Amino acid sequence: MVFVFVVVMIIFTYVLVRYRKRPGQEGIPKQVEGSHTLEIIWTTIPIILLIVIAIPTVSTTFALAKNYWDDPDAIKVKVTAHQFWWEFEYPDLGVATAQDLHIPVGKKIALQISSKDVIHSFWVPALAGKMDANPGNINQFWLQADKPGVFKGKCAELCGYSHALMDFKVIAEDQAAFDKWIAGMKAAESAQAPTSNQLGQQVYAQNCLACHAIGNQGGKVGPNLTDFGNRQTIAGYLDHNADELKRWISNPDEIKAGAKVKMPAFGDKLKPEEMDALVDYLMGLKVAQ
Amino acid sequence: MGHSHAPKKKGLLMDYLTTVDHKKIGILYFVAGGIFFLLGGLEALLLRIQLIVPNNTFLNGATFNEIMTMHGTTMIFLAAMPLLFGLMNAVLPLQIGARDVAFPFLNSLGFWMFFFGGVLVNCSWFLGGSPDAGWTAYPPLSVSFSGFSLDFYALGLQIAGIGTLIGGINFLATIVNMRAPGMTFMRMPLFTWTSFVTSALILFAFPAVTVGLVLLSFDRLFSANFFNVANGGNEIIWQHLFWIFGHPEVYILILPAFGVISDVISTFSKKRLFGYSSMVFATVLIGFLGFMVWAHHMFTVGMGPVANALFGISTMLIAIPTGIKIFNWLFTMWGGQIRFTTANLWAVGFIPTFVIGGMTGVMLAAPAADYQYHDTYFVVAHFHYVIVGGMVFGIFSGLYYWWPKMFGRMLNETLGKWNFWFFFIGFHLTFFPQHFLGLMGMQRRIFTFFPNQGLDFGNLISTIGAFGMTIGTIIFLINIAVTNSKPKNAPADPWDGRTLEWAVPSPPPEYNFKQTPQVRGYDALWVEKMAGNKGMIPAEPLGHIHMPSGSILPFIMSVGLFIASFGLMYEKVPVAIIGALITLFCMLLRSLIDDPGYHIDPTEEKGVEA
Amino acid sequence: MSANHALHTELPAEPEKATLEGRNKILAFWFFLGGESVLFGSLFATFIALRDKANGGPTGVELFSLPLVAAATMLLLTSSLTSVMSILAMHKKNVSQMVFWLVITALLGLGFLGLEMYEFYEYVHEGHTLRSSAFGSAFYTLVGFHGAHVAFGLLWLFALLAMTGKKGLTVVTAPKYFVFSLYWHFVDLVWVFIFTVVYLMGKVGV
Repeated sequence: MVFVFVVVMIIFTYVLVRYRKRPGQEGIPKQVEGSHTLEIIWTTIPIILLIVIAIPTVSTTFALAKNYWDDPDAIKVKVTAHQFWWEFEYPDLGVATAQDLHIPVGKKIALQISSKDVIHSFWVPALAGKMDANPGNINQFWLQADKPGVFKGKCAELCGYSHALMDFKVIAEDQAAFDKWIAGMKAAESAQAPTSNQLGQQVYAQNCLACHAIGNQGGKVGPNLTDFGNRQTIAGYLDHNADELKRWISNPDEIKAGAKVKMPAFGDKLKPEEMDALVDYLMGLKVAQ
Repeated sequence: MGHSHAPKKKGLLMDYLTTVDHKKIGILYFVAGGIFFLLGGLEALLLRIQLIVPNNTFLNGATFNEIMTMHGTTMIFLAAMPLLFGLMNAVLPLQIGARDVAFPFLNSLGFWMFFFGGVLVNCSWFLGGSPDAGWTAYPPLSVSFSGFSLDFYALGLQIAGIGTLIGGINFLATIVNMRAPGMTFMRMPLFTWTSFVTSALILFAFPAVTVGLVLLSFDRLFSANFFNVANGGNEIIWQHLFWIFGHPEVYILILPAFGVISDVISTFSKKRLFGYSSMVFATVLIGFLGFMVWAHHMFTVGMGPVANALFGISTMLIAIPTGIKIFNWLFTMWGGQIRFTTANLWAVGFIPTFVIGGMTGVMLAAPAADYQYHDTYFVVAHFHYVIVGGMVFGIFSGLYYWWPKMFGRMLNETLGKWNFWFFFIGFHLTFFPQHFLGLMGMQRRIFTFFPNQGLDFGNLISTIGAFGMTIGTIIFLINIAVTNSKPKNAPADPWDGRTLEWAVPSPPPEYNFKQTPQVRGYDALWVEKMAGNKGMIPAEPLGHIHMPSGSILPFIMSVGLFIASFGLMYEKVPVAIIGALITLFCMLLRSLIDDPGYHIDPTEEKGVEA
Repeated sequence: MSANHALHTELPAEPEKATLEGRNKILAFWFFLGGESVLFGSLFATFIALRDKANGGPTGVELFSLPLVAAATMLLLTSSLTSVMSILAMHKKNVSQMVFWLVITALLGLGFLGLEMYEFYEYVHEGHTLRSSAFGSAFYTLVGFHGAHVAFGLLWLFALLAMTGKKGLTVVTAPKYFVFSLYWHFVDLVWVFIFTVVYLMGKVGV
C-alpha cells in the first residue's frame, strides 16, 4: 500500500515540478493520445498486487468464520445485547452475568451473539473484530485472549442515544481463577442469602429483584447483579464506587438516556437511609476471586 | 401551425419558478444544494465541537444523533447530488452541442421534487426533532425505537429520490438523442461520459432505495411487519436494499467528479487527455462493478465467509480501473504546460487525496481486516477522503472552471487560492487523524468518548481542521460576493478550452448555439483551433429556433406531494388525498395541454411570433 | 422545430417516431421501465425472503384460489393483446379502430382490478392483512404495487381517450399512445412473474 502511494507521489511531484508552465513559454505541447505499453503496465501490476492481497484475505476470512460452538474445549457464551448493556450467559456452566465477561486465558471462547431490541455490534478491539448483534437471529463468533488482563469492549453499531456509553469489559484470567469465579457465581444462589445488611437486602428484594436477578433468582429484564461488588465499572463506564452507584440508582435515564426499556428512577422513591443501605448491600455482592 | 407566443417578461422570482432552461435550473440546483451544503457543514462543525475534548457536554446523545443523522442525510442527498446535477445541467448540454436537455419540463420537475423533499426532511427540526437513526436508518432502531422524526426522513427522501430519478433518465435520453452531428460517443468529453454512467447508475440504483423507503414507511405508518422480527419480519432486508442503492450512490457521486478532473487537468496542461478510451472503459467498468459490491458494507452482519470473501474480492477489483484513471491523469500532465489556476489546484489536490481514500478502500475491502475497521473512525476517514477529497474537490474545481460560463464573471483567483489552501489543509487536518482514531478503537457515531484511550489529541486536531475547512468555505462565499460586484465581462473562452462549451458566449444565450455545430473530433473546439478556425463550423443554416415555454406546473406538482406527505405523517387522510390530487391533476393538465413553445430569431436576439 | 411543420403533412408510417420529441419520449420510457424493473425486482426479492413468514396466520397454500387468479391473468394478458391491436390500428392511421381497442383494453383492465379487489377483500376476511404477518406485508405490497400500476394505467388511458376526441392522431399524440402501450405491456409482464412467484409457487408451497 505504502509502496504504491510512494510511487504515485514520486510521479506526481516530478510532473508538477518539471512540467509547470514557465513564464514566456510558448507553443503547444505534443498531443499524446496514450501509450498501450504504459496502460498495460499499470493495469497488470495492480492485478498482480490484488491477487497477492486476495489470497491471505480469503484464508483469514474463512479462519475467522470458524464455528467453535461444538468444540468441546471451547467455553460457550451467549451474548445478548440490550439498550445499553450486555448480557452474558454460560449455558454449559449454568452461570449468567452482565457487563463483565470473564474468560479463561488461552482458550477459544465460542460466542452466540444476538440482541433483544435494536442492532448492536459486539467489539473487543484488542481481542477480535466485531460482530453484529441482530434481533431475531444468532451470529456465531469466537475470540481468544493469550494473556490475562482487562480488555475494553464497545458497541459499534448505532443503537440509540447512549450508544457511546455502551461499554463493557472482558476479564481474561488464568484457568484456576476463572474456575474459582464460576464456582463463586454458582454458590451465590440467592438474594436472600445471609448478609450483614438486612435493610439493604430488604430494599433490594422489594424494588430491584423483579428485574435484576442474583444467581438464578429474580428477573432478567436488567443486568444480573450476582457479583456486582466485583465489577470493574457501574453501568459499563462509571467509576465503581458508592457515590456513582447512588447517582445511577437515583436517576439512570439521566446518565444513560434513551433506552426503550427504562430502569425507573429511585431517587425519590427511596428514603436516604434505604438508599445508603441498598448501595452498601450492592457493593457487598461479591464472589470469591 | 400551432399557436406560439413570445414569452412575457417575468419577474426574477416567477422566472425561476417557471423556468425550463437547463442553465437556470443548474443555477437553482447550485443555490439549493449550496444552502443545504452550508447547513450540513454547520452540522458537521457542531459535531466536531462536541468531540473536541473527552466527556464533553456541549451536545447530549439525543441531539448529537439528530445532528449526525442530518449531517449525513443532508450532505449525501441534499448537497452532493444537487451540486452535481447543477454542474451537469450547466455544462452537459453545451458539451454535446445541444440546445437543451431532452425534457426541459421534467428537468424542472426533478429539481422541484428534490427541493421539496429536502425541505420536508428539514421541516423535522421545527416539528418535534429531526431523524436520529443515522443516515443509514437501520431498523429496528429507525422503526419502533425512533420517534415521529423518521417519517420526515422516509417521505422526504422518497420525494427527493423521485426527483433524482427523473433527472437521471432525462440526462440519459439527452446524451443518447441530443448530441450534435459528429459528436459520436467516443468523442464525448469525459465529464459527459461520467455523467452518462452516473445517470445510468441513478436509474438502476434509486429504485432499490425507493422500495426500501416504501417498506420503512409502511412499517412506520401502517404497522406492516417487514422489519418486525416478532411478526416474522427480517431487519436485514433493509440493509441489503439500502446498500444496493447506497454503494452505487458512492460512484454516482464520484464519477462526475472524475469527469471534471479529467477535463480540467487536460485543459490546464494544454494536452489531450492521456488514454481517453481507457478512461471511458474504466468509467464504465467502475459503474458496472459498483453494483456487485454492496454487501461490503455488511461484512459484520453475519453473512458467512463465502459471501464475505466474494464481496471482498469484487470490491478490490474496483482498484484496477481507479488506478488506470490516476495514472492517466498523471500522464496527461506529463509533458504539458501546467497552469496552476484555482480550478487546476483543486484538480491537482484531488489526486493524492483520492489515492489515500482509494487505498484505505482496498484495506476495508478485506473482510478479515474490516472486522476491526468497520463502524470506526477509520471508515469515517475513508469515506470523507473519497467524498470530500474526491467529490467536493471536484465540485470546487468545476465551479472555478465553469463559473464564467455559468455567470459571465470570473471568480477572483487570489481569493480562490486562499479558499483552496484553507480547505485543503483543513480537510487533511480533520480527516487524516481520524484513520488513527479508528485504529485505536473509536467507534463512529458516538456522541462522546472517554479519556485515557489515546483519543484526545487526534480529536482536538480534527476539530481544528474542521474550522480550517469552515474558513475556506467562507472565503468562497466572499469570493462569490466580490465577483458579483464586478462587471459581467468574462470572455467566451477564458481558459483556452478544448470542448464545445467554450465555443459559445459566457453566459450562453437561451438557445445555447445559434447554429448547431458540426463536431469533427474529440476535443471538438481544440480540433478547430488547430485547424486555424475561429470557432465551430455550423451544421445547419441560421434560422428560427424553437424553444419550450416555461411552466409553473412542476412547482405545483412538488408542492402537492409535499402536502400529501404531511397528510400521511399526521394521519390526516383528506390532506393526503388533496395533495395527491393536486399532483395528479397537474399531470393531467400537462398531458392534455400541448406546449407549442415559441421561436427565437437568433439574429434579432428576442422572441418573435412564429 | 420539426413537430410543428409535420402537423400539416401526411402522417408518416410510424408517427410516434416522427419527431425528436417522440423519439426522446420512447427512449426515456424504456429507461424508465429499466428502473421499474429494479423496483419490482426489489419487491420480489423482499417477497421471496418473507413468503413463508406467515406468523401463524393463513399461508399462501390455504389462501390462494387459482381459478380466480387464472381468470384475472387471462383478462390482463388479453388486454396486452388488445393494446397491441390499438397500436397496429394507429400505424394504419385508423383512429376509430384504435379507440375501439383502447376501450376494450380499459374494460379488461377494469375487470382485472375488480377481481383483484374482490380477492383482497376475501383475504382480509380470512385474517390475511398488511399487519397480520411479514408474509401479509410482503404480499400486499408486491401485489398492491402492481395493482396500483394497473389503476394508474387506467387513469392514464382515460385521459388518452378523452384527448383523442379533441386532438385526434398527430405526431404529437402518437408517442403518447405508443408509450402507454409500452407501459401496459410492462405491467402485464410483471403480472406473469407475480402469477408464477406469488400464486403458483405459493399454492404448491415450494
